[in-house]
This record gives sequence, structure tokens and C-alpha cells, in this order.
Amino acid sequence: MKKLRIDETLYIKTPGFLSEQRIRKGPVAIIECTQDIPCNPCETICPRKAIKIGLPITNPPEIDEAKCSGCGLCVLWCPGLAIFVLNYNFDKIRASLTIPYEMLPLPGKNEKIKCLDRNGKYVCKGKIEKVTPPKKNSRTSLITFSFQKKYFNTVRGFKK
Amino acid sequence: MEEKELVIIGAGPAGLCAAIEARKKNIDVLIIDENIKPGGQLFKQIHRFFGSKQHMAGIRGITIGEKLLEEVEKLQANVWLDSTAYGIFGNRIAGVIKSRKKNVTVKAKAILIAAGAVENPISFEGWTLPGVMGAGACQTMINIHRVLPGKKALMIGAGNVGLIVAYQMLQAGIEVKAVIEIMPKINGYMVHAAKIKRFGVPIFLSTTILEASGKNEVEAAVICPVDQDYKPILKRTKSLDVDLICIAAGLQPLNELLCQAGCQFTYKPYLGGNVALHNENMETTIDGIFVAGDCSGIEEASTAMEEGKLAGIAIAEKIRKRKWDDEKLEVRNRLNDFRIGTFGEKRKISKMEIEKEYYEKVKN
Amino acid sequence: MKKNDLRIYDHPILGKLPEKKRVSIYFNGRKLIAYEGEMIAAALYANGIRALRKTEKFKQTRGIFCAIGRCTDCVMTVGGIPNIRTCVTPVRNGMKVESQKGRGRWKKKNW
Repeated sequence: MKKLRIDETLYIKTPGFLSEQRIRKGPVAIIECTQDIPCNPCETICPRKAIKIGLPITNPPEIDEAKCSGCGLCVLWCPGLAIFVLNYNFDKIRASLTIPYEMLPLPGKNEKIKCLDRNGKYVCKGKIEKVTPPKKNSRTSLITFSFQKKYFNTVRGFKK
Repeated sequence: MEEKELVIIGAGPAGLCAAIEARKKNIDVLIIDENIKPGGQLFKQIHRFFGSKQHMAGIRGITIGEKLLEEVEKLQANVWLDSTAYGIFGNRIAGVIKSRKKNVTVKAKAILIAAGAVENPISFEGWTLPGVMGAGACQTMINIHRVLPGKKALMIGAGNVGLIVAYQMLQAGIEVKAVIEIMPKINGYMVHAAKIKRFGVPIFLSTTILEASGKNEVEAAVICPVDQDYKPILKRTKSLDVDLICIAAGLQPLNELLCQAGCQFTYKPYLGGNVALHNENMETTIDGIFVAGDCSGIEEASTAMEEGKLAGIAIAEKIRKRKWDDEKLEVRNRLNDFRIGTFGEKRKISKMEIEKEYYEKVKN
Repeated sequence: MKKNDLRIYDHPILGKLPEKKRVSIYFNGRKLIAYEGEMIAAALYANGIRALRKTEKFKQTRGIFCAIGRCTDCVMTVGGIPNIRTCVTPVRNGMKVESQKGRGRWKKKNW
């Protein structure tokens, strides 16, 4: 049976796609939003005005590589859960990814996990680095986990 | 017989927003809803909405519902709950069974029908077994009643409803075995598909359901790929161990009351089927009968709220014989903001056609 | 979780299930625990009961289909009154709920 597959080729031609040069510099928002959805909270919420959608609001988000500091505010607000923060320089050998998480139970800090790709397939082992439980009205947690650098473009989720 | 200036049927996003706008202009409003609680289907929408700041984007449906109810209360709109509007009679009279007990007729200067929509079923062998239900029904079970209708599920349809509800099933603790879609591509947003894919839920394209099997309840589902003509390729069937099958095959407007009121309809596939003709003020071909929300064409909660506001203002204009053109323009601009892009454009065109057909009918 | 207890006690968005008063209802004479104010069909599903009625001709089982009072697939005989839409009718303490056969039959009123 024909399965829907989602991989990075889907995102390469979007204005949200970042240069590898910028990724290697440090924390930055990865936006995986390719369609003309009438939606712009990421633009509104960004304190550094690093995300541009403009008018009409169906424009795909464009990221200003120099302005984005990878603060992660847009990760919390994206209704499509399509934004992540990638820190390529988490340490010498590992990168980290911060993802919005709306499932129970929440993982614990330092917990060993299995890192998954965009299709939920196992990629490599990883470790939970930070768990930010939801604030009052948001109900979305932020989870940061680390894994081998070379998978920075592949890993987008995890399971216990 | 009771008398009111405005009777609103349906306390969902459209009806509540209309009530708020009309109350702001001091119209005497009565909202009637069949359910015990107001809010319509908003309270099962636990995801964040798309849109811009003006559309309350990034806020969850449940939170928006709470805000609307607060405002309705503050503005002291009259609400009859657990009360069914069963008919619209000549000269804008609504027949209501109040609190499931008493038959009351209410005469109004305007009636807004915002009754919402109903899910489309699809039929297949065994589709009537307990455990086969609408995707929206499953959403009601898990998010409103907090009860699991099953533990292992198959979702039929990869439109936005199918994809969003599949994600919400994961949140509720249901194992989603697969989402199937008969078309060769998904119809919903890729971001919604990506959300469930990351959890390993397979989305099978060009695939249909053949059978729900089980003695008295669903015990398995038989799925099968289809060829270019959407004919099942029977030698490649596959059985899934599921006890829940959800159908997300779109919605259609709830037209009974509009029909009874004598409104004229037109067929608009992108808006869910037969839709009551209405003009730019949401008024139908029957004088004083208005329509808003999914009832005026299937869209989203965000557009339903804007249409409700528009109807509320337009009704106040009609009753008070005044003009609030600026306010209406603001709402229309927000509606237009939402009806763009691949997904919104078709609905916008359909809405424009409806308006045109309305004026052709009303002139003659 | 007890067997046949299908309630969602904790939820990532909705939080913990609020504590509610328990009431008893009787399904075909069997005593079940329900939460005050919840819909009859929800209480039955929470107790693992999904087959709510049987059809007139072919005696097929039916359960919840739309869950919002539109499709009438979930009708049952409640307190002796047939064809009650159980997905939009709240439970009451001591309520007698019976799976309906066909179009059902009116019984002596005893709610």
C-alpha cells in the first residue's frame, strides 16, 4: 500500500529552510511549513521580528537567519506544531532539538530515548536534556533532547 | 406566544458571536440550543486555531469557547438550553420545545439559523457495527465525555478533520493503527499529517475500507488499495486489528429549519453540499431569516465566528434601521483574509457565486 | 485502570478528570456507576458497553455514531420510554436503561 512519506526534500525549496552555515552557528528555529495556510502567529509572536509572513497571510514564513536567536517562542505558538529549535552546537558531538510536546506522560530529564524521523522511524539513541512543562493557558510542553550531530536534518521526534 | 427581536438557533461559535454583536447594539436576543451546555462543537476543539491575531490564532478552541460564553453572559443575552427549535413558521415564528417539556412559540423580527453541520457517513460492509463512528463523534467522546470509544483505531479520511482527530486520539491514549485516504494525496494540511507521522502513524494513500468485521462490535477492519479508477485491488487486502473505526468524510450543513422556512438552496460541493442562498449580510431568500456558520456552508470555526458577527451586525441594522458599514467591512476583511490560498480560494468563489445567485433569485 | 473502565483520567490538554459525584444506573438490570450529569451513552461506553440496541428486522447491534443527537443510532428505552437519544440525555440516579429491540415499546412510566 502506498504510504505518505515526509522527508526534508519537502522543505528544501521553502523560504523557511535554513543554510547549513547558519545551522552550524547555533540555536535557530526550523520551520517546516510549506503550504499557503492563512496563519501568522509565528510572525506576531517573534520578539526579534525574525520571521516574516506579511500579506497575504497565506505566504509561507520566511526566516531571517541573522535575527533568529532560537528562543523558541514560535515553537510554543505555532498551531501546526511545525516549528522546532535546532542547536547544532549543543556540545562537541551532539546536536539538540526542542520540540512542542502535547502527550502524556512527559519524559523526565536525562531519560534515554529513541530518536525518530519525520515518519516516526527509529534513527538513533538520544537523551532528554530539558523539559519545560506547560504554562497556564498554553498546555504545550517544550522538550529538548540531544542526539548525534549528523542526524540534525533527520531527527524530528522521539519515543521512550 | 413570546416576542423577541432576534431569535438565534444554535449556541455554537456563529450563534454566540452573532448574539454578542446584536447585544452590543442593544437588540433583545434569545439563543436557543438543544444541548445542555452552550458552545456547540467548540469545546471539543482542543487544538490551536490557525489565522491571525484578529482571528485569535494560536488559541485553542476550548479557550475561545470560554471567552465567548463569558462575553455572552456579561451582555446578558437570553439563553434557553436543552431546548429544541423544531420548526420555523410563516412570519418568523419559531416553534420550540423548552427544556424538553413545554411547547413555546416565539415571534421574532429576525431569526438567525446557526444550527451547524452533520458528519457525512460512508457505507461499507459492517459500517453499522458499534465501534464505527464519525470522527467528530470520537472527538466528542474523548474530549467532552472523556471516555475512550475504543483502544485501537483506524481513521478513514486524511482531510483536516481526520488528521486532527487522529492526533487527538493519540493524546487521549488511543493507538491509531492507520489513517487511510482514497485519494492519491492527502486533502488536509501537511503540518497536521506531519504531527501524526512523527508518532509513527502510517497514512495509506489510494486506500479504502472494505469491511468492518466483528460479531456485535468492531473487532477488525479490512482495508485495500484502489487503482486509478478508485476500484479496490482485492488481491491486496489487509486486515487491521482495531476496535474503533472513525469516518472523516466531510460534513454537510444542517438544512432542515432553513428548508422549512422556505429558503432557496444551491449546490456547492466545496461548501459541503446544498447551501441556503444568502447575501453579503447573511440574509436568506426569506425576509428576516438569516444564516451563519457551517449552516451557510462548511468552513471552519474561525469563519463561523466572523459570519456570526456579520449576521449580528446586519440584523441590528435591519431592526434599528441604521447603518454600521464600517464594522461590517472590518468583519468582511477578516473573512477574506481567511478565504485565501489553495484551501480557502474555492470556498471564497463558492460564497461569491451564492451571493450572485441570491440576487438573481430575489430580483425575480 | 480497571478492566472495562474506559475513562480518560488524565489528558495532556484537558488535565485531570474533575471529581464528580457518582450515581447508579441500571443497564438491563445490571447496576453501573456513572458520573452525575454525564450522558447515558457515555456512561455505558465508559463501562465497556457499546452495543446499545438491536434493529427491528435483522437484529443487528447499534452503538454511538454521531454522539451529538443527530443520527438516532443510540436510542434506547429509558425509564420505560423508548427511542431516547442516549448521547444527549444525561443520567439520573437510579435510572433504568434498557437496550431497545426494534422500535421499542412504551412501558409504564417509572422515572
